[in-house]
Amino acid sequence: MASHNTVTLPLPVLPEGWSAEKDFKALGSLSAATQRTIEPVGPHFLAHARRARHKRTFSEDDRIQAQENVKKIEDDDAGEISEPEDPSMLLRDPKDWKGQDHYAVLGLSKYRYKASEEQIKRAHRKKVLKHHPDKKAAQGSTEDDGFFKCIQKATETLLDPVKRRQFDSVDEKAEVEPPSKKQATGDKYYKLWSSVFKAEGRFSNNQPVPKFGDANSTQEDVEAFYNFFYNFDSWRSFEYLDETVPDDGESRDQKRHQERKNNNARKKRKTEDAARLRKLLDDVSASDERIKKFMKQKNAAKNAKKAEKEAAEKKAIEDAKAKKEADEKAAKEAEEKAKADREQGKKAKEAAKNAVKKNKRVLKSSVKDANYFATGDASAAVIDSVLNDVDLVISKEDPDEIAALAAKLTGLKVAGEIKGAWTAEVTRLVGAGKLKDGEAKFLV
Amino acid sequence: MGEESATNGSAPAQRHAIGISFGNSNSSIALTVEDKAEVIANEDGDRQIPSVLSYVDGEEYNGQQAKAQLVRNSQNTVAYFRDFLGQEFKSIDPTHNHASAHPIAFESTVAFEIQDKEGDEKSTVTVSEITTRHLKRLVQSASDFSGKSINSAVITVPTNFSESQKVALIKAAKDAGLEVLQLINEPIAALLAYDARPESKVADKIVVVADLGGTRSDVAVVASRGGMYTILATAHDFDFAGVHLDKVLEDHFAKEFIKWNTTDPRTIPRSYAKLKLEAEACKKSLSIGTNASFSIESLAEGADFASTINRLRYETIGRKVFEGFNRLIEGVVKKAGLDVLDIDEVILSGGTSHTPKIANNMRSIFPETTTILAPSTTPTAINPSELQARGAALQASLIESFEAEDIEQSTHPAVTTVKHLTNAVGVLAITGDETKGVFTPVIVAETAVPARRTIHINAPPAGGDVLIKVVEGGSHIKVTQIEKTAEEKEADAEDSDVDSDEEPEEKREKIWKIGKVLAEAAIKDVKKGGKVEVMINIAGDLAVTITAREVGGKGGVRGNLSAA
Repeated sequence: MASHNTVTLPLPVLPEGWSAEKDFKALGSLSAATQRTIEPVGPHFLAHARRARHKRTFSEDDRIQAQENVKKIEDDDAGEISEPEDPSMLLRDPKDWKGQDHYAVLGLSKYRYKASEEQIKRAHRKKVLKHHPDKKAAQGSTEDDGFFKCIQKATETLLDPVKRRQFDSVDEKAEVEPPSKKQATGDKYYKLWSSVFKAEGRFSNNQPVPKFGDANSTQEDVEAFYNFFYNFDSWRSFEYLDETVPDDGESRDQKRHQERKNNNARKKRKTEDAARLRKLLDDVSASDERIKKFMKQKNAAKNAKKAEKEAAEKKAIEDAKAKKEADEKAAKEAEEKAKADREQGKKAKEAAKNAVKKNKRVLKSSVKDANYFATGDASAAVIDSVLNDVDLVISKEDPDEIAALAAKLTGLKVAGEIKGAWTAEVTRLVGAGKLKDGEAKFLV
Repeated sequence: MGEESATNGSAPAQRHAIGISFGNSNSSIALTVEDKAEVIANEDGDRQIPSVLSYVDGEEYNGQQAKAQLVRNSQNTVAYFRDFLGQEFKSIDPTHNHASAHPIAFESTVAFEIQDKEGDEKSTVTVSEITTRHLKRLVQSASDFSGKSINSAVITVPTNFSESQKVALIKAAKDAGLEVLQLINEPIAALLAYDARPESKVADKIVVVADLGGTRSDVAVVASRGGMYTILATAHDFDFAGVHLDKVLEDHFAKEFIKWNTTDPRTIPRSYAKLKLEAEACKKSLSIGTNASFSIESLAEGADFASTINRLRYETIGRKVFEGFNRLIEGVVKKAGLDVLDIDEVILSGGTSHTPKIANNMRSIFPETTTILAPSTTPTAINPSELQARGAALQASLIESFEAEDIEQSTHPAVTTVKHLTNAVGVLAITGDETKGVFTPVIVAETAVPARRTIHINAPPAGGDVLIKVVEGGSHIKVTQIEKTAEEKEADAEDSDVDSDEEPEEKREKIWKIGKVLAEAAIKDVKKGGKVEVMINIAGDLAVTITAREVGGKGGVRGNLSAA
C-alpha cells in the first residue's frame, strides 16, 4: 500500500542515555502466526498473487507496476489529437455538412478511415471542451456555435458505422492518386503503388487485404494480390453523394423521381468505380516488372524444356539411323560371307565329290586289279558280287574313309595285299557296327 | 480452488465474461462495462431471475414465468435445486420442493421426474442437466443483452460448497457452453462489490457479510486487509431465511381466511401455492412501504381474499425469525473470537436484506462506529440482491484477460494459504502522560503476510530526538458502568421511548494492551512540528523490516528482525 495513515498523537522523547548502533535496537521477534486462506478475489489479491508467483517484494513490484503504468500512459499520449485547426474550417456553415471533412473537423486528418472509435470519441471530447458555445460565451466572444454544430455532425457521422462507411466511401482525401509512369520508376514504383492499393483495400469486405509487395515478392504473393483485386468485393457505396430528397410530402412524385435518380446515380458510380479499379489494375499489371520477370522465367523454363525435348528427339533419330545403318551393314556382310561360304562349300563339295568319285574309282579298280579276288578269270557272278560288296562298303563309308581306303589301296597291285586291305576295312566297319557280320563276305 | 483447469480454457481474447450469482431461489447476471458492474435484466425485465424451470407441452419456461407455473403445473416445475448439485440423495433437504417437482434418487445423484417433452412420457432429468438448462437461459439473456456471445463466467457459491459440488457446478456450466473462470465465495463477492466502488478506500477492516437468502442464511466474518480478504468464521442457517418470513405472512393470512371461510388454504396445494406467491410479493412490498395489500382471486372454495397488513404488524408477527437472524449474526462474531466492537462494517446481502427490520436490528446490535450497509440504513447502499452478481462480474473482468493456467496458478493453495498475524504490530505514542505509552497499531491482527504498512506520526511539538518503540499489541474489551450525566438524562427524557429504563448503562470500549517489545529506534533532531514516517514491512516468513525517517528528511533508520 502506497498510502499511509496519519497518527496525531506524538511520539515519546528519546530517554536520556539511550543509544544503539545505527540508532536501532532489535529486541524481539513476532509471535507465531496462524495459517489462513485468503480469498482469491479482487484486485489486491491479484497483486498479491503476482508478487507471490514472481517472488517480488513490495518495492520491486511497485517499481515494475509503475513502469507498466508509465507505458500505458504513453500509449494514450500517442493517440492524442493535436492538429492545428484551419481558420477557414472554423467558419464553415454547419448546414453544408455534406461538404465538410469530418475527420479534419475532429482533428483526425492523419488517421481518417484508420481512426478507431475510441480515438473519435476522444477527439470529439477534446473539440467539445474547446469549442463549446457556452465556453465561448463565457470568454466573451460572440455566440457563434456554427463550428460546434460541425463537430457534432462530424461525430454523429463518424460514430455511426453505416454513416461512417458512406462518408469513407467518398472521402477523397483518403484516396491516393495512382502515380504516373514517370513517377513510378525503380524502387519508387513499389512504394507508390503499394500506398495506392493500401488505400483501395480499405473498401474490401474481405480483410486482410494482400499487400502489393516489392520487387522480391514471390510469384504466389503477386498472383494472390492480382487475384484479390481483380475479384474485389467492395463495400464502397455512394449514398453520401445523393441529392437531397425533398421531404415535404406534398410532391410525392418528385420525391420518387429524385429517389430513382439517386439510385441510378449510385449504381452508375458503383459501376464506374469497379471499372476504375479494373483499369487501375490493368495499368499496373502492364507495367509490373515482376509479372514480366515471372513471364520470362516461365518462358525460359518452357524454352529450356522444349530445347531439351528437341535435343532428345534429334538424338533419338540419329541413334535410330546409326543403328539402322549398322544393322544394314552387318546384314550385307553376313550375306556376302554366306555367299562366299556357299561358293566355297560348293567347290569343296564338288572336289569332294570328285575325290569320292575318284576314290570310288580307285576302289573299284583295285578289286579289278586284284582280279576280283578270284583265281583265274573271274566269273561274271563273282565280279558282280564283289562289285556289289564294294558298292556296299562304299555306301557305308563316308568320303574320308573312302579317301583313306583309297589311299591305302592306291599303289597296291598285288591281289593279296588288296584283299588284305579290304578285309581290314570290312573288319573295321563290322567292328564299328556299320556292317553286319557276314555282309561283304566276298571282300574278306 | 484448483479446478479451473477442468474446463478447457478458451483464449483470453475471445472471452466474454459475466458474473453469475446462482442462488437456490434466485439467480442474477451482471456485466462489467468500463469498470462498472451492472446487473442486467432478462427478457422479462427481471434482475432477480427465479431459479425455476417449468415445462408445459415440451416448452421450457424459466424465471418468473416458470415460477408462476408453480400454481397450475407444479409437478413439471423444478425449483430450489441449486443445493442438490453434486450431492447424494441421502444428504439433501427436499423441504422446499414439496410444492414443486420432487427430487428422486438417480444413480449417484439427484434427479427430477418431469414431463419436459411433448407427449405423456415422463423423463428423468438430473439436477446437473437442470442446472445446465438454467445456466443456458441465463447466458442467453446476457448474450442478448450485450450482443456478444458470452462464453465464460465467474460464479458465486456459498462458503460451504463442497469440492464435489463445485466440480458438479463447473461441469454443468461447461455443458451449457460456459467456461467457469473461477468460483468465488458469495460473501467475498458482496464485499468486492462494495470495495470496488470508486469512493471506497482500501482499509484494514473487519466485515460481517450476512447473506440472507430465500431458503438459507449464510454469515461470514471477513478480515479485509489492504483489499485482501480472509474469512475468519462462517455460519449457515436453514431455519431463518426468506421463506420463513413468507411463512409468517402465510399463516397470518391463512388464519384470517379461515375466520370467514371454512377451509384452510394451506391444505389445498393449489391454494397454498397461490398463498405462497402472494406472501412473497407482500413481504417485498413491506420492505418498501409501510403498508401492503394482500389479495388473491379464488384462493379456496372459489372465494376471493383481500386484506392489508402494515409493517409494524409484520415485524411483530415475524419477531421470532428476526431474532433468529440476530442470534445468527451475533453467534458468528463470537465464533470468530471477536466482539461486536471489532466489527467495522456489516454488509447485508441477499433478497431478504431488503427488510428494514433486519438492518435496524443490526444497527442496535453493533456500535455506532460500525457501518451497516443495507438500503434502509445507508442510502448509498447497493441493492443487496445484486451484490453477489456484481462482485462476480468485477472479478470476471479482472481475470478475463488471463490464461486459464494463470488463473489456476494464482488461486493455487500455495499462493492463497499464507501466514496471518496473530497480534497487531504498532508503535507507542504518548498522550499527556509522558510516562505511559499508547499503542498505535500500524499493522492489525489477521493481516496476511507479506504485508507493508506506513504511518505518519507526529513528533513531540518541541521536536528533538524521538524514540520509536515497535511493539506487539492485543485488544480486549473493557466494560465500565457509567453514571448518566445530567445532560444525557435530559436527552433521554426528551425522547423517552426506548432507552429510558433504569438499568445502569454499560460502556464497552476496545482497549489495546501492549505486548512483546519488538524493537526500538531513534530519530534524532526532528524539526519542530515535524512528522515521522514509520514503515513496517513483514515478509512471508515473519521477518520484519522497520524503516523510520523524518517526513521530508534524509536518511533515517532501518533495521531488521529475523523470523522467530
